[in-house]
Amino acid sequence: MQRGAREYRSVTHIHGPIMVVDNVSGVAFGEVVEITLPSGEKRLGQVLESRTNRAIVQVFGTTRDLDTDATTARFTGKTMHIAVTEEMLGRIFDGIARPLDGGAPPLGEEERDIHGSSINPYAREHPRDSIQTGISVIDGMNTLVRGQKLPIFSGAGLPHNLLAAQITRQAKVRGQQELFAVVFAAMGITHEEAAFFVSDFTRTGALERAVIFLNLADDPAIERIITPRLALTTAEFLAFEKGMHVLVILTDLTNYCEALREISAAREEVPGRRGYPGYMYTDLASIFERAGRIKGRTGSITQIPILTMPDDDITHPVPDLTGYITEGQIVLSRDLHRKGIYPPINPLPCLSRLMQTGIGPDRTREDHAQVNNQLYAAYAQGIKLKGLVAVVGEEGLSETDREYIRFADRFEREFISQGPEEDRSFEATLDRAWDLLSVLPEGELRRIDESFIRKYHPAYRGQKE
Amino acid sequence: MDMDGDKKCRGTIIRVTGPVVVADGMAGARMFEIVRVGEEALIGEIIALENDRATIQVYEETAGIRPGEPVTGTGRSLSVALGPGLLGTIFDGIQRPLAEMHQVSGDFIGRGSSVPALDPRKPWTFTPRARPGDRVRGGDVLGVVPESPSVPHLIMVPPALSGTVATIADEGEYTIHDPVCTIRSEGAEVELTMVQYWPVRAGRPISQKLDPVDPLLTGQRVIDLLFPIAIGGTAAIPGPFGSGKTVVQHQLAKWANADIVIFVGCGERGNEMADVLAEFPRLEDPRTGLPLLNRMVLIANTSNMPVAAREASVYTGMTLAEYYRDMGYKVALMADSTSRWAEAMREISGRLEEMPGEEGYPAYLGSRLADFYERAGRVRTIGTEEREGSISVIGAVSPPGGDFSEPVTQNTLRIVKVFWALDSDLAYRRHFPAINWLSSYSLYTGIVNRWWNENAGPGWESMKSEIMAILQKENELEEMVKLVGPEVLPERDRLTLLEAEVIRESILMQYAFHPEDTYTSPKKLYRMVEMVFSFFALARRAVSSGVLTETIRSLPVKSRLARMGTVPENAVDTVFPGIENQMREEFASLGRS
Repeated sequence: MQRGAREYRSVTHIHGPIMVVDNVSGVAFGEVVEITLPSGEKRLGQVLESRTNRAIVQVFGTTRDLDTDATTARFTGKTMHIAVTEEMLGRIFDGIARPLDGGAPPLGEEERDIHGSSINPYAREHPRDSIQTGISVIDGMNTLVRGQKLPIFSGAGLPHNLLAAQITRQAKVRGQQELFAVVFAAMGITHEEAAFFVSDFTRTGALERAVIFLNLADDPAIERIITPRLALTTAEFLAFEKGMHVLVILTDLTNYCEALREISAAREEVPGRRGYPGYMYTDLASIFERAGRIKGRTGSITQIPILTMPDDDITHPVPDLTGYITEGQIVLSRDLHRKGIYPPINPLPCLSRLMQTGIGPDRTREDHAQVNNQLYAAYAQGIKLKGLVAVVGEEGLSETDREYIRFADRFEREFISQGPEEDRSFEATLDRAWDLLSVLPEGELRRIDESFIRKYHPAYRGQKE
Repeated sequence: MDMDGDKKCRGTIIRVTGPVVVADGMAGARMFEIVRVGEEALIGEIIALENDRATIQVYEETAGIRPGEPVTGTGRSLSVALGPGLLGTIFDGIQRPLAEMHQVSGDFIGRGSSVPALDPRKPWTFTPRARPGDRVRGGDVLGVVPESPSVPHLIMVPPALSGTVATIADEGEYTIHDPVCTIRSEGAEVELTMVQYWPVRAGRPISQKLDPVDPLLTGQRVIDLLFPIAIGGTAAIPGPFGSGKTVVQHQLAKWANADIVIFVGCGERGNEMADVLAEFPRLEDPRTGLPLLNRMVLIANTSNMPVAAREASVYTGMTLAEYYRDMGYKVALMADSTSRWAEAMREISGRLEEMPGEEGYPAYLGSRLADFYERAGRVRTIGTEEREGSISVIGAVSPPGGDFSEPVTQNTLRIVKVFWALDSDLAYRRHFPAINWLSSYSLYTGIVNRWWNENAGPGWESMKSEIMAILQKENELEEMVKLVGPEVLPERDRLTLLEAEVIRESILMQYAFHPEDTYTSPKKLYRMVEMVFSFFALARRAVSSGVLTETIRSLPVKSRLARMGTVPENAVDTVFPGIENQMREEFASLGRS
């Protein structure tokens, strides 16, 4: 189906990131276009719409200096591909996979379409190996599982990068020595943020096992559409051909969506909510659904996308659509951050949908599910009562109510809070939870079976089972 | 059975934009005809015609397709194959079996692959029911095939056909394409196999629509008790992400007392479908003890699969449901999520440059939703036997930002009779199922009360309304507490708060992942409600004799009540009396102290 390249000088319209080429023939939808400016400079583009003798092309980079006279468009006959190889580990690329580290472009083992194909749901292995991140509020209450996509919903100024770096450093599946790799894709983040990740990866040696794609804040916004797909195509190669367990960090999805909106606006499409295109759900799904495991293959792709919620609004289209696709979310809270708690993860709106199959006997511990349930119920109750105290004062509350408030305070300071270098095991996390739950009267622990209370409650600890 | 004729058109692509392709030279093409697009023969459907120019939505990825490539008509509209072998199978949105696709194109879904929906080689045991010379019409039974141990599959005369049975096959093994019967109709002989085809966008005919009478039992306490759905009814579950829509849908698919369950995963997560595939074969039907998958058809069109096939998937599911309904089965159809379906409509509509309605959705959103839900219902089927069958539809809705005022939720609410509003606050507190008892409703309550009074026990209706009244009162009191603090409440109101707490903890909350709590039979539910009311009676007597509500709150029996759901069904008769005794003793000791 692929044909040779054809070159045209018939550019007729240019507006925003869109260029129209007329008098063409047989241009494929999605085909890559090499654009040569009058100065000789080259840019890339992709066909957004193809008609019998007209092609509408989205230009990566800017359309500055393009003209309708001397600019040439060369239709390559190929859809967007990337040459992937294991040699990419340890390398740093820009947002469209050109080396940034001074090295030569790696020699690809294989050319892959960056849009990939959908995994047949029948071929998917249901993810059930829990990852220990060493962070109590994640491991204990929103366990991450290999093959999951669990985004971090953050806000401007919150320490999501520190958290992502800590997860990258500490994440492990216990009892397994396996090949792992990190694929990091930056979309529109600042030099400073990118430098933080690169230096953290260098310091911990993770860089050798990492492939880094950087589209920074001053890079062309349109290239952001490509960056996560390059990253995921690389990740799929490493995971499903080379048998590695790949952790993919995508940051910041909000910038990605802005770029999507920019293109949509330039194409004069009917806008959906807040000007984002109506197909944003489908578009985001084509990124997030590339996480997973496949039956009979060793590797896996786990995604941690990071996004900043504009004005901390979780109902904004970007976090909203993301939440509908991903298998849960980790939500950072400005309130906890102000209280000086790190990581400032508010467990109440957090969720890990794959947790149920990843925890329990043989995986983490038998009491995990129920302890988690009880922690949620108790913390929610504590928070609700704290709201009440603000109105009526503590005198109005019963003794049990006050114990709930004490629980909530200690929970924030002792369970949620931990050091950026502190790595807690599942057992340490659960024991810590029991210590806190023992603040409450035993009769309040209604979500936990009595047999587990006998076995793990500090009041019975040390006694024979 | 190609009734659509064989006039096949052939045209040329002139425009490609995402999933929408425009082709010229399509004279003779009809609306909603299936076409093969491009050199790779991708599957598409005609959605607009202007002279000989056809607009086509393509059910597969279109990258690499160019103007100039051919488009070929098939002469047939988007149809599904109906016959033995549907149950236990997982299909994509246009009825391609994913397991077969996996064999053909590997772990990732390839393009242009055409795989037959039903296994053409598998032999089925056909037992004739009709005899030569019988006068038959559409819907009449020609024979029966044991499709699964619990589901005899009726081989029926296709709806539009009537005549006299000329020949019928003897009992024996046949594949779906072997002729099993010939019917003499208006002078011609029509040969029938065990398969018939039906266009998905048209409802299969029925003889008469009947009113719903009995409840669809779900084993989910908050639903069966407070917001029941009737057999043949329609329900919507809207909720923001993370409020547990999918878990509720899965629970209903597992435990609802339907004969056949059609689960349409429309634009949802791949890993969740993998979960269904891994989990359902291991689950037992509580009534028959057979694997649940035996009575189930799964349609999986995950969010990253082509958007046009997502639009088709709910119709595919509905047509399969109608087919089993026509055999006289109680079918439950779950669609998760109808919002993704509506978004697919919006996306296609946008590419067609149609005038947008509210929030960019096409103006026909409401009528499409209504058409879909109206295919539900309890019916008398066509055919001489006049079997009774039903389709109950439960549609999940995913409102952006959890805002129920958006068009999909609002258009759905105008049609459905049951509304289970999921609430993120309840979900944050891990109160599952997070069905908000104040904003949810069911219009079937009055209808199904009779069943409960007759089959569960007396006083059902009054206990139920008292529970609603207590929950309602709790809400009012909590508003007051927020303003003035709890200490001003009189003891009577404090008791109401305690009662509401017991209702929430002991009955409404139900843990889907606990082996016993996951399903509650009507009998057990009735006993649980009775237990709670015994507690209320004792508590009210105690409070009126001067005991403080706080003291009652700390009684150990309260946490035993909260664990009633985890008591195995067969232990209810031994365990519950024990709890009741403990209750009496603890209250008696309050009186003594």
